[in-house]
Amino acid sequence: MHKRVTFDNKLLPYLLVSPQILVTLVFFFIPAGEAVVYSVFSQDAFGIEINFVGLDNFLFLLNDPHYLRSFGITVFYSVAVAVSALIPALILAVLADGVAKGATVYKTLLIWPYAVAPAVAGVLWVFMFNPAVGIVAQWLRAAGIDWNYKLDGDQAMALVIFAAAWKQISYNFLFFLAGLQAIPKSLIEAAAIDGAGPMRRFFTIILPLLSPTTFFLAVVNMVYAFFDTFGVIHAVTLGGPAGATNILVYKVFNDGFIGLDLGSSSAQSVILLLIVVVLTVVQFRYVERKVQY
Amino acid sequence: MSGSGRLSSLLIHGVLILGIAVIAFPILIALIASSHDQITLVGKFPFYFGEHFIENYRTVLGEGMKRAGGGAVGPMLMNSFVMAIVIAVGKIVISILSAFAIVYFRFPFRMGFFWMIFITLMLPVEVRILPTYQVIANLELLNSYTGLTLPLIASATATFLFRQFFLTVPEELTEASRIDGAGPMRFFWDVLLPLSRTNIAALFVIVFIYGWNQYLWPLLVTQEESMYTVVMGIQRMVTVADAQAEWNLVMATTILALLPPVLVVVLMQRWFVKGLVETEK
Repeated sequence: MHKRVTFDNKLLPYLLVSPQILVTLVFFFIPAGEAVVYSVFSQDAFGIEINFVGLDNFLFLLNDPHYLRSFGITVFYSVAVAVSALIPALILAVLADGVAKGATVYKTLLIWPYAVAPAVAGVLWVFMFNPAVGIVAQWLRAAGIDWNYKLDGDQAMALVIFAAAWKQISYNFLFFLAGLQAIPKSLIEAAAIDGAGPMRRFFTIILPLLSPTTFFLAVVNMVYAFFDTFGVIHAVTLGGPAGATNILVYKVFNDGFIGLDLGSSSAQSVILLLIVVVLTVVQFRYVERKVQY
Repeated sequence: MSGSGRLSSLLIHGVLILGIAVIAFPILIALIASSHDQITLVGKFPFYFGEHFIENYRTVLGEGMKRAGGGAVGPMLMNSFVMAIVIAVGKIVISILSAFAIVYFRFPFRMGFFWMIFITLMLPVEVRILPTYQVIANLELLNSYTGLTLPLIASATATFLFRQFFLTVPEELTEASRIDGAGPMRFFWDVLLPLSRTNIAALFVIVFIYGWNQYLWPLLVTQEESMYTVVMGIQRMVTVADAQAEWNLVMATTILALLPPVLVVVLMQRWFVKGLVETEK
């Protein structure tokens, strides 16, 4: 994809790209390069002496039960957020696609949570589930459930999953709705004439045709849970109780800024970097260019 | 429509309304809480609006949670607003310029630059927290709007969006303006920029929300209360509120923090949907 007609100018194109390239170099490439460099050095407790340690930081991490636990927690958390955000969105989108009147009104009423910051979403949920004053916590207690997410790791995990998934439903809803609207109505009508009921039509026609959208959204949701929900964790649990919600991104922050362990934090950054590379490649190579039937 | 059709249509509307109600529930609770005084919220949750609505919002905007050491929300909103606008405008300007250069010129390293910008997709702040912080600290940009915004204005997605769009602009337009004797910048201003209006609007909505909702970066770069943004300021209030239980004020702040981006999405819905779909391509 190139233009046939272009302009001739020796200096101008460089001037035009320079702001973008400068910002990219100073704030992306240099820091990422430094993370890689730091990851092969070790600092003593006082930060005075720095030694080259090769891959020791990585080997240490891969043998560190805390790190492996955080890794497992992150995978579980990401999958749970993706599933919890995809299923309600799909149901709502299928229903909204089916209504003859008012589909736009429903759309407006469902898309706004996208604009709520993850940290703010976290605070909304913290208040509802606060063991002392939260309304849902009061309901749970009335139902006989001993609710205290500050002490119970599983409850804390459930809370951050819901808070993170809540604001992502609108995003998924929009893409599912677009995908559904791209499915030719004649196809569904033909199945109806053949006697297929609504459930049958959904599982044998709509869902398979929607699979590119679903796969695309699954990847986007995992990436979102992995990297964009730092605010949820920081506002709701601070990674606790006892590390039960300590996802990788939070651990990098915590070890680097609170624990001041430069080498380990950098090695963790590099591992995250590799994960992003893999996810990006998956997204670009295997995810269909969305809804083109 | 048959009788059973009408019934199922009623059921569909019912489930949709229920879904919307469940999703909006946290906001309703926050609004109710922000209308009461501190003591009312301690016991069983009151399912009605109280009389302290205006008073609470005035308190958080003007003086903040003084007793608990939380700052005023007014200046925080201002900081968030400046940050969101600077990031949105900055991102759009540098992206449209670099896309223009990459599409409309042939020059050495053109594809090299293109890939450099592309790779930044793989470098979110979260994976380069510490070194990026050090760069900002070395440049003495901590606690400044520059430090808050500059590292966030580079964007691969925005550059892509403009590149894709420029590639669809008919070559005849370029030829015509060259025949008219227009230079590249003239062509950019008079032809390309007006054509890009809808793309710019769509991108603005998305990037404004992105900028307003930043959390980790302001958390690292600002240590002075005068530079706090509202999204990160809330977290500090929650930590304090837990001890002091001033949830009415925390919820008022939460509503204030989510209102601007939500309004942008609802009022500019058409651009928002376009932007969301286009930037994911």
